[in-house]
Amino acid sequence: MLKISDLVKRYGSGDPVLKNLDLTIEGESVVSIIGSSGAGKSTLLRCINRLVEPTSGSINLNGTELTSLRGKNLRAARRKIGMVFQGFNLVDRLTVMENVQSGRLGYISTWAAVTRRYPKEDIRRAFELMERVGIAQYANTRADQLSGGERQRVGVVRALMQDPDILLADEPTASLDPKTSEQIMGLLRDLAGELKLPVLINIHNVTEAKEYTDRIVGMRYGRIIFDDVPAQLDQEAMDQIYAGSPHADRAKDGAAA
Amino acid sequence: MSAPRDTWKKPPFIANPVLRWAVILGALAYFGWVGTTMPIDWNRVAEGIGRAGRIFGGAFPPSFERSGLLIDGFLESLKIAILATAGGVLLSIPIAFMSARNVAPKPIFYLGRAIIIVARSFHPVIVAILFVKAVGFGPFAGVLTLIVYSIGFVAKMLAERIEEIDFGQVEAMRAAGAPYFSTLTYAIFPQIMPRQIGLTIYQLDSNLRASAVVGIVGAGGIGATLANAFGRYDYDFALAITMVIVGVILVSEAVSGLIRKRIQ
Repeated sequence: MLKISDLVKRYGSGDPVLKNLDLTIEGESVVSIIGSSGAGKSTLLRCINRLVEPTSGSINLNGTELTSLRGKNLRAARRKIGMVFQGFNLVDRLTVMENVQSGRLGYISTWAAVTRRYPKEDIRRAFELMERVGIAQYANTRADQLSGGERQRVGVVRALMQDPDILLADEPTASLDPKTSEQIMGLLRDLAGELKLPVLINIHNVTEAKEYTDRIVGMRYGRIIFDDVPAQLDQEAMDQIYAGSPHADRAKDGAAA
Repeated sequence: MSAPRDTWKKPPFIANPVLRWAVILGALAYFGWVGTTMPIDWNRVAEGIGRAGRIFGGAFPPSFERSGLLIDGFLESLKIAILATAGGVLLSIPIAFMSARNVAPKPIFYLGRAIIIVARSFHPVIVAILFVKAVGFGPFAGVLTLIVYSIGFVAKMLAERIEEIDFGQVEAMRAAGAPYFSTLTYAIFPQIMPRQIGLTIYQLDSNLRASAVVGIVGAGGIGATLANAFGRYDYDFALAITMVIVGVILVSEAVSGLIRKRIQ
């Protein structure tokens, strides 16, 4: 279970990007976060695995408080949080297998990583997962030779190799064409079910959010203003989430304060 | 209503007219002063032309009689260049990582930059004079000199490449909980590898050239052979050496250019 409470993130001395945010993800649900650019979706996701340092508040994953971890303990906690990126973030010049195995870097020694002596069970697991998502034939291909959809599949397998307790996906389909985008969303939903894995997806495409996820969280200007099943997301809720501009929000907040 | 203007002049490079004329007059005055105070003796220039004529006269035809010495000198230069490139590049890699703003902590970054600045600030000939004093005449001084020279160039260029990497790949490794050196080898090395190979080949070529120069101040190699030939007024042998140096540098430049083009 992921429990976020009273989370604040402030860059510099300006307005906070996340404002006393509370969010709980239970069980194996697929949750999407929607909201306009600048609403703080990405920052929220990155606070969870500490790619972004939260200013205050608490993030608790299965009993581990993540916000106070440092060094070795932080790395150990990050192993249990898989992440899929918008730009895939694959190592272009390495093979697909090396990219997939890079999800295990937190588990194996640096020496084993440098010499590419991966444990037998890791290799077996890699082939299983690659087979599952349909990229096993590319094991020896350089990552930059693949198409966008194939590359994101590598990204998903890499994250799953971590044997994560939760999967974070930061706009995983924003760089893909509509058809490929639906395939990846379907894949994330199916894998979540198969692996009993909670998945948290930032997404711009509301139609996909409604179709592929169990719960939608709407963010606006650092706050959660909608949190319900997709059927409840009506036009009024949509307007509240997407109307106006971050600039107008800032002006209003300033006037109120 | 006035007629539209039909003249236009480009605004002057220095907008302030007082400053502009001060710069122009100052520069003219300086050159005038230098021209009147530098001891240029035109008689000596005239004598020098005659002497240069004798040297060139003595140099023709070039003599390859002692080609054994020539080959030995070149093999030594090549050894100096290869050893210095290997040592310099190996040392450059950690220094480059220290000097890259995006991967090194601030104090380490300043230390790395300081090493590069020191290595770059002295011409190889000056470094060679110091090392010849320190470890004596011979190729070892040449190797040490060119290691310093290689660090100044390779570490600086490599650090700039590291600062340009796609940081998303580093983030992906961090997000997976990868330790520091695993992150370096997976997310950064693959990205800088082509530049690393190109720089190494360029530096080998550059060190071969520089080894001829530092040899003249006693750091071994073909430069030492050349300096000896001049010292003994063997101008024909000196010309032969010079011709071979030019030939070898042309060939090595062509080869290194070809290899660097192929690995892009």
